[in-house]
Amino acid sequence: MFPSFFAPAGDLFAELDRLSRDMQQLLEGMPVNIRAGRRGGFPALNIGHTPSSVEVYAFAPGVDPSRLKVEIHKGVLTIEGERASDLPPASDKVNVYANERIAGSFKRVIGLPDDIDPAQVEATYRDGLLHVSIKRRADAQPRRIAIQ
Amino acid sequence: MTENRSNPVTEARRDEPVLLPPVDIVEDDGGITVYADLPGVPKDKLNVRADSESLTIEGEISLGLPEKMQAVLAEIQAPRYRRSFALSRELDTEKSEAVFKDGVLRLRIPKVEQAKPRRIEVKVA
Repeated sequence: MFPSFFAPAGDLFAELDRLSRDMQQLLEGMPVNIRAGRRGGFPALNIGHTPSSVEVYAFAPGVDPSRLKVEIHKGVLTIEGERASDLPPASDKVNVYANERIAGSFKRVIGLPDDIDPAQVEATYRDGLLHVSIKRRADAQPRRIAIQ
Repeated sequence: MTENRSNPVTEARRDEPVLLPPVDIVEDDGGITVYADLPGVPKDKLNVRADSESLTIEGEISLGLPEKMQAVLAEIQAPRYRRSFALSRELDTEKSEAVFKDGVLRLRIPKVEQAKPRRIEVKVA
């Protein structure tokens, strides 16, 4: 079985384990990804590796795809964009009870493995989800070597 | 129990981990508007239920993951969103309207006619 993004249903122990690891890191100052904050940022990212590709899922709802910039430079993937606020301008006719959704510009940067091919990238935006699929170089694929 | 059990398709089990979608909630004279972020949820996996007492928003994420994928980073760790709100009597859920685009739900719940604000004259005694 490959580890999945989603923990099995109701796995309290896995959650406790994660919590204790987080605590440990806080207490001991263990290294974390230099480009991520404590709880990540916007958009939230899920990243997976397959033998032939790197799959990046960015959870970026309500973004105009034409204002989304996806770039690979020197082995680093950058996702940048802007999201307009849906809140009306403040006035005495309107009450805002919750303002939890992020508005404004955002940027996330992801270090990629060495064997990716920056020429073979596909990005799609659907249902507020940006999926970037980056192929690994063919010469980096494991090859079975015949024994003479 | 505020949930309506008539829709088993996207009904979550009680013990399943769920994500709390961030929301914006705005009220004006005509009603309340709720915006909720549910990225990764296709339209047919979104379930919005409202009765006179409560509103529940629920959605299931569909990523279409490739085979043999190994997760190296997972900031989103549950496959489902759910959030409920208690409603008050003056909201007319029968007339509510929902639009779901690019993972953002916009739900408008108007107020019943007699609940719209009326200026009350204050008389000087």
